[in-house]
Amino acid sequence: MLDWTDDGILLSLRPHGEGAAIVAVFTRAHGRHLGLVRGGGGRKARGDLQPGNLVQARWRARLAEHLGSFTCEPTRAVAAPLLGDPLRLAGLSAALALAEAALPEREPHGRLFDETHGLLKAIGGGPWLGVYVRWELALLAELGYGLALDRCAATGAREDLAYVSPRTGRAVSRAAGAPWRDRLLALPPFLAGGGGATDEPSPADLLAGLTLSGHFLERLVFTGRGHRLPAARTRFIDRLRRSATISSSEQA
Amino acid sequence: MGGSDIERLIQALARLPGLGPRSARRAALALLKRRDVLLQPLIEALAAAAANVRSCSECGNLDTADPCAVCSDAKRDGGLLCVVEDVADLWALERSGLFRGRYHVLGGTLSALDGVGPEDLRIGGLVRRVGAGTTREVILALSATVEGQTTAHYIADRLKGLAIIVSGLGHGVPVGGELNYLDDGTLDAALKARRPL
Repeated sequence: MLDWTDDGILLSLRPHGEGAAIVAVFTRAHGRHLGLVRGGGGRKARGDLQPGNLVQARWRARLAEHLGSFTCEPTRAVAAPLLGDPLRLAGLSAALALAEAALPEREPHGRLFDETHGLLKAIGGGPWLGVYVRWELALLAELGYGLALDRCAATGAREDLAYVSPRTGRAVSRAAGAPWRDRLLALPPFLAGGGGATDEPSPADLLAGLTLSGHFLERLVFTGRGHRLPAARTRFIDRLRRSATISSSEQA
Repeated sequence: MGGSDIERLIQALARLPGLGPRSARRAALALLKRRDVLLQPLIEALAAAAANVRSCSECGNLDTADPCAVCSDAKRDGGLLCVVEDVADLWALERSGLFRGRYHVLGGTLSALDGVGPEDLRIGGLVRRVGAGTTREVILALSATVEGQTTAHYIADRLKGLAIIVSGLGHGVPVGGELNYLDDGTLDAALKARRPL
């Protein structure tokens, strides 16, 4: 009998039969893992089994190749406080949909688990949009497609990095990239040199960061598998763009 | 056991919600034992429902008439429109007798996992209906889940710019609910929605 317990982030829940549900949990040591939750489709469990919630997950199966069954003890309700905040809720849905679609099953990604944990904490309150963009870059890095944003690919300079090559994912300085700037992706300052700033970036920089990560996620992760970027991410960016437009028109 | 026709009946019944193979066998046996009282009326009811019940072109409710009884009821408040996920939710609200406005059934919620987008739901019809009609308030009676509330916010956005009130249902402690048994999310929602007494 296989039996383990691990910290997890609930990614999705799909009703199975009348009372059960098949859940996908992103666990620290066992990666994205599926399992059957008996009673998971019922009313009592519904509140605890909301996507984004942190759980203590126990998985049991007779053989490793079996689906197995989960018992999920909730440790923190992440989703419920966000239900009234459309942008944070859209960000949560986008992150969970990306993790669900991009992460291979049963492959541990401890560092990304910690990044995701940090993202959920940030979404819960305070500045979080910059954290979200960095999380998408961390997802890319975890899947083997990390971008080199700390020095210019052409000159080796670490200052004034303004572009990224859409082909290689390496940063280019403003001076070196000027002749090809129409063909390069913009590198927002909060990501240049690996980031680190704690203030929330401007809406334009955030959208540039999402365009950057979206380009590589689509090209390297999703198109290669014959998939498209999750619709939840598109809706999140649409909402971010609208909220940026509203706040800029309010300031004017 | 029984012949292939009986097996087919059991299998068909077992596919219904709330029935497993064992209860389907019991139901099949009851139907076959009491043909005049149970089986024949059931056959007639099923045939009539299959022939006559359709989806209301206005709201998406199921009825034998189109528009449905709710949409064609002149006593209802046409200024109030309650948006629900499914016909079952509409029936639940109707059972309560608390709402005397009209409905709009979406047919589900936005779902990244199942690939359900806005074009798969009756959102366009809702926007057209609200834009063209006499609606004063749209009540988004959708589930207090990530998918339900994502859909609610999406619809609220789509209805922005129309001169109407868009509201949502309250979340919190259910009637008869004991705090000790509530999940953290419900407690959080209840605390946020606290009111002076």
